Amino acid sequence: MSETAHQSPHHIDVKEFHPRAQAAIHNPKIRQNFRKAMDGLMSKRKSAFEGWDLETLRDLGANIRLRALANLPDLLEQLEEKLTENGIKVHWALDSDEACRIVRDICVARDAKSVIKGKSMVSEEMELNHYLEGQGIEALESDLGEYIVQLAGETPSHIIMPAIHKNTGEISELMHEKTGTDLSHDVEYLTAAARQQLREKFMNADVGVSGVNFAVAETGTLCLVENEGNGRMTTTVPPCHIAVTGIEKVVPNLEDVTALMALLTRSATGQHITTYFNMISGPRKADEMDGPEEVHLVLVDNGRSSIYQDDELLDTLRCIRCGACMNHCPVYTRVGGHTYGTTYPGPIGKILMPHLIGLDEGRHLPTASSLCGACGEVCPVKIPIPDLLVRLRQESVDGDKLHPARVTGHGAKRGAMEAMIWKGWSWMHAHPGAYRFGTNMAARFRMLQPGQIGGWTQYRTAPKLAPKTLHEKLKERGQ
Amino acid sequence: MSSRETILQRLRNRSGGELTAPECDFSVLKRPDWSTAERVDLFEKTIESVHGEVHRCTEDNWIDRLSELLTTRGARNLLVPKEHEIGLKLRSEVERDDLPSLLIYDEPIESWQTALFNDVDASITSTRGGIAETGSLILWPTADEPRLMSLVPPIHVAVLFAREIYTTFHEAMLDQNWGAGMPTNALLVSGPSKTADIEQTLAYGVHGPKELIVLIIE
Repeated sequence: MSETAHQSPHHIDVKEFHPRAQAAIHNPKIRQNFRKAMDGLMSKRKSAFEGWDLETLRDLGANIRLRALANLPDLLEQLEEKLTENGIKVHWALDSDEACRIVRDICVARDAKSVIKGKSMVSEEMELNHYLEGQGIEALESDLGEYIVQLAGETPSHIIMPAIHKNTGEISELMHEKTGTDLSHDVEYLTAAARQQLREKFMNADVGVSGVNFAVAETGTLCLVENEGNGRMTTTVPPCHIAVTGIEKVVPNLEDVTALMALLTRSATGQHITTYFNMISGPRKADEMDGPEEVHLVLVDNGRSSIYQDDELLDTLRCIRCGACMNHCPVYTRVGGHTYGTTYPGPIGKILMPHLIGLDEGRHLPTASSLCGACGEVCPVKIPIPDLLVRLRQESVDGDKLHPARVTGHGAKRGAMEAMIWKGWSWMHAHPGAYRFGTNMAARFRMLQPGQIGGWTQYRTAPKLAPKTLHEKLKERGQ
Repeated sequence: MSSRETILQRLRNRSGGELTAPECDFSVLKRPDWSTAERVDLFEKTIESVHGEVHRCTEDNWIDRLSELLTTRGARNLLVPKEHEIGLKLRSEVERDDLPSLLIYDEPIESWQTALFNDVDASITSTRGGIAETGSLILWPTADEPRLMSLVPPIHVAVLFAREIYTTFHEAMLDQNWGAGMPTNALLVSGPSKTADIEQTLAYGVHGPKELIVLIIE
């Protein structure tokens, strides 16, 4: 099964994490834009949960997600049955390519030339815009942040706030250059200009594409969380609506959604709720005056059923895409989302992306963390992100294959020299004679010890070996 | 084998251990029993914090209040439901000259999309209740009050009965038994359309209404 998407239009080499991180750290604009935004989001989240029994609520969130995953195949079947009853057509895609083809085929069948899109991370994963354009179908983002990022020819740098890496001045220049608006730092003016530009597009688009926050099996309902109204426009105005979602987004009951909503928006932006919470359960009925004639749901696997096989990695699938782990990550805050070079950046990206692109490609992702634990502490559904980072680090260097490989590229980060040193180290510790001889020699010839030892001495002084070994010192004490 | 079968088979033949489904206790979402007055106060506070505008009215004076609000805003017209009592009541007052001209959404959108997007200044809809904790309106669009009515015009007026304000989303959903079946589209609306996508600066009226006015009938 192919688990990699088609060639990225941006040709970002995920392996080049370190040079990009260096560049970002030395870019004061990036650091300032992210620092300001993340500090704000952290304090908003904190005050949004005031008066809540947050730990109990997080337990409930985790349990709801676990319960859904425990029954995943049955729930997907129930969802399909209910949606079909409601008149929504369900499609299944093993990978990004198949998902893109399904969207294209629906567009072709309707002779559609233009697609308007609501925010959807799965469609970013699929690189749907790029694909559709290759097929001669225009795909336009309608979320303001996504629209800005698309105008700039970039990818989102945050899953909730796609254009967070840009400040008002940069956005003003970009809109001026691409759409002819006046140069202005007045956010209301810029927003109103985008509203005008996009209204035309909503009216004329042939197909609307959206993501899904929760898919409810009980009633066959697709839930969509948003503030701008672009999600409502996208799913209501064009004659055809295509929703795309990962297979893990299904929950058994509507009641589950009430708890997950309480966690999602507060964790993401510190809002008690978003302006619009959209629940879509079918296309336009015969007596209705608006709404799409056709509604489709594309269920995308793209590596998820592979994560599902492993008891530990399975927790990754609990994610409700709030972005709180990014907002609280000291590494993300300093280097920004684009440094990762992946669809999902930050802590969740570091545990999710290796499954989608393999550890050979994403070898640096699990190590791009200080393991401070902040991501795990804020996760609304208690994903043990730090534990999973350690697990993936182990898989990435585990040449001896001590663990069953779940992720492609197992052992990709293992260096021949490092492996040899550790092998020698363990042999020496198993042979007392060699150990005594070795430590004695090391103490004797400590003057020859190199002053530079790789990454360690980049920011620290190299440790010096003691003139006497521990054994010698103890002997002197008469033990 | 189809992709559907492949995916389901991989999920069913999971190589890990047996997955157990934990019990889910929703009591953390419950709030004390509040009086209607307390719920109205909280609703007003929460929706105003996100730029919603609340006016407390009675059955007898809501049309007067509506007329004042629309006049100050210079609304030339108002989209009203055709059959709902709100629309009937407004249309029965045609002789009043302080109300803007009343429009009805009784044709499929295709025949008047441009007019709806460009020429309609305001709309008024009913609600299926409100949620105090989050300051949300429950909207279930119908053939009489289609989906775009509460989305496209720059001013959306919603009529909410004080007795229909619930404390939490959880309570509203269970009490109204949503699990028994959902309409093609249902919504929670909490304030006018907004964005913070440009440097975290709030701006209202991105794609949806710039103003949300709630008339609470006590």
